[in-house]
Parts: sequence; structure tokens; C-alpha cells
Amino acid sequence: MAIRRGDTLVFPKPPVIAAWAAVGGKKESEGPLAAYFDQLFTDTSFGEDGWEAAESDLQQQCISACLRKGGIERTGLDIAFAGDLQAQCTASNYTLRALGCPYVGLYGACSTMAEGVALAAAFAAQGLVGQALAFTSSHFCAAERQFRTPLDYGGKRTPTAQWTATAAGACLLRPAGAAGVPVLSITFGRVQDFAVTDINNMGAAMMPAAAATLLQFFKGTGTRPTDFDAIFTGDLGEVGAALLQEQMANEGVPLPNHQDCGCLLYDTATQQVQAGGSGAGCSAAVLCAHILPRLQQGAWRRVLLLATGALMSQTTFLQGESIPGIAHAVELGCPEVGV
Amino acid sequence: MKLNPKQYEEMTKRASPPSPVWKDCLWAFFVGGAICCLGEGIRQIWLLWYDEELAGTLTSLVLILLSALLTMPGWYQKLAAKAGAGTLVPITGFANSVVSPAIEFKAEGWITGVGAKIFIIAGPVITYGVLASWVWGLLYWVMGKF
Repeated sequence: MAIRRGDTLVFPKPPVIAAWAAVGGKKESEGPLAAYFDQLFTDTSFGEDGWEAAESDLQQQCISACLRKGGIERTGLDIAFAGDLQAQCTASNYTLRALGCPYVGLYGACSTMAEGVALAAAFAAQGLVGQALAFTSSHFCAAERQFRTPLDYGGKRTPTAQWTATAAGACLLRPAGAAGVPVLSITFGRVQDFAVTDINNMGAAMMPAAAATLLQFFKGTGTRPTDFDAIFTGDLGEVGAALLQEQMANEGVPLPNHQDCGCLLYDTATQQVQAGGSGAGCSAAVLCAHILPRLQQGAWRRVLLLATGALMSQTTFLQGESIPGIAHAVELGCPEVGV
Repeated sequence: MKLNPKQYEEMTKRASPPSPVWKDCLWAFFVGGAICCLGEGIRQIWLLWYDEELAGTLTSLVLILLSALLTMPGWYQKLAAKAGAGTLVPITGFANSVVSPAIEFKAEGWITGVGAKIFIIAGPVITYGVLASWVWGLLYWVMGKF
């Protein structure tokens, strides 16, 4: 049974992430984490006519790799929690059409990976499922045409804009007792809106949500940032990350060990991604390519992953609405901690 | 949380790096200027055979064609990412704004995709261009009465 500490659900017998996989596209293959991906694809169209279908292909490649590492067939899955950035989460819907297992569709924008892992962990912790899959993705081309302008349109990006990752991450969760990286606690965030309307500054729009969830988490669990080897935010980018550090210092909870997945996935100095990476696939890929392997190896003992999402749509943005943000947190340990 | 939207606006402004205005302007000046020089070069060639008016029209057509051809492999977008207004303002920018949705929305069909979405960016220019010419026409008519 999970114990409630404020907004945080702590698992005395933590469920585990038994297997994981990360796949990425061309830009990701040129980034600092390239060597740690399970697969990288330079042709991100996958031979499809539409980018939406290509994103589904990307997800399916990722899931195949994850299930292979977990040693199970797709028929062995009890449930899948998934979502993506496409309207009505169609990339995931079509993937689940192929996968065929019970499916809970999620929309948490770029926070989807933490949301999915948290829900899968809660189901596994309660023993409701034996094999739960959580995955998400984003595809630069599918996101760009939905949220911004056609790909070949000649526009200039502002320095605060972020680059939607073409990447996917998948985690297979099992109840306590199985081998894997333990999920120690989960925290579902509250929507925060501090009146940011600039769609080219998503890091700033999402920062208050990240700060709010972090403060809730530390208050609820009685922990401090230095209790963790690292605290990862999903895709605040350089601007949002700097704002978060400033805000947390103002709150009297400085974050000396904070890193942002959007700044880890790409080399912001040379890859022309402006303020860094974004997209649901950004934190998902960094979780599966960078964070989980280090926990598994015991290089880190305890980390917090906080995936952040901007919850506007193209319609609400055009109507002048501000951008609400959300951040969900997943606390992860190294295998010995969980036993 | 110790934060309110007003404070946050200030904080965000401070934390957000501004666009490099001088660099952007230099890129726009030289690339935009180069496109115009190219246009003038093409015009001089047409003038060998045709009068001023037709040479001008043909020059525009050639620039539009070149822009469309460069948009297809994604080169115009690559140049525009650096040149900004330098590639946006000339007629080549307008051509790019029509060709890029045509390519993009082909997957949604010739009518509901290409047909319906081709002016998704250029549409406002046409709409307000027509409106402006209508207003000017009215003014011109009124002025002719006196």
C-alpha cells in the first residue's frame, strides 16, 4: 500500500522499472547522449507518407527494444500508459492498435513520461498488474506542423525557443520483488499558470509548475535537494532551468544538483537548438538513455525526475490564453535501495 | 510559492536572452541585398529582349520559380533560419510561404490538404492586400470627384 505524504505517494515496497529503451532521430544521433540510445534513425520518415505515422513507427521500434530487453512478448503486457503531443494522441493510439494490450491514453504534453511511469508504478505497486508499459514520444516534424509552421517555411527562431526532440522512451514496470530500478515515490503535479503567453518561451511557461511540484515534494517527504544525487527537470531548456534555480533559491531551497533533460539531449552551443530540447520524447529518452542506466549501475543512488508539460493548444494560444504548465515527479533509486 | 505573475514577467524578461539584433540585421541586409542584386541581374538579361514592364514581370516570375525550387529540398528554410527578414521580405519569401504548406499538407489530400491549406501563411497578406486596395480604390474614387 502506498503512503500519502502531501501530494506524494511513497511506496514502502517499491515497484521497479525492469526494462527500458530509448530511440532517437538524426539530431539526437549528433547529440552528447547518442552512444546511450538503443537505436538511432537518420531517416525519421520511416518511409511513411506522413510524419504522424512516422512517430508511431518510432514508438513501435522503442517498445520492441524495451520488450526484448524485458524478455517478454507484447501479448504478455497487462496494460500500457502512453501519450504523445499529436492531437488526440494519435501516435500512441495507432501504436496500441498494433500492440493490442489494454491501454490508458494520457495527455500531459511533455510531462507524459513521468505521468505514465507514475501511473504504471501505482498500478504495479498495488499488484493490479504484473507487466505495465509506460511510453511516450515526440517527433520534430509532426509537432512542428501541428504547433508552428510548415517544415520548409523560412522562419527564424528566437533564442528562447526550444527544439522538439524526435525521440521515444519506453519503460516496463513490474511489482516489488522483481529486478530493476525501484520507483520510490510519485508526485502528481498541480496546474500552474503565471500568465506567460510566449509560445517561443515554453521553459518560462513551465517553470512555475516545476517549482510548485518540487516544493510540494520536499515539504511532503521531508527531504532536501542534497538528499539526491541529481534532480532532473524534463524540458525547461536553458531559460526555464535558470529561472527554476533562481526561484528555488528565492524559496530557500537551492538546487545545487539540478540538470535539465533539454540541455542534456543536445549540445546547445553547437547544435542550433536555441535554448535546448523539448517534447515528450526529450525527458523520456534522457530517462531511458542516461538516468536509468546510471541508477542500474549504482553510479547514482537516488534521483528525482520531474517532467514538465505546457498544456496549451494552438487554438487557446491564438485566442490569447496564457500557457498553463504541469510537472509530475518520479523518485527513483538504485536497485539495492529498493530491496 | 513566493511568486506572482507580475514579478515573474520581470524575472522572465531578465532570464531570456534577446535576439542578436546586429547579427540578424547584417544577415538580413546581405542576404536580402543579394536576392535583390540577383533580381536586378535577371532583369538586365530580360531587358536584352523585352521592354521594362515585361522584363520586370518576368524577373518576378524567375525569382518565384527559384524560391519554389529551393524550398523543395529545404534549402530556402535553411538559409532563412539565418537570414530572417532578408529572405522573408523579397518576393521569394512570399513564394516560400505558399510552396512550403503545399508540400507540407500533401499528406492530407489535394483538396482538403494542399487546396485548403496552401494559403495558411500567405492568406493574411492576400486578404489585407485586397482590403487595402479596396480602401485605396474608394479613396481614389472620392479624390476624383474634386
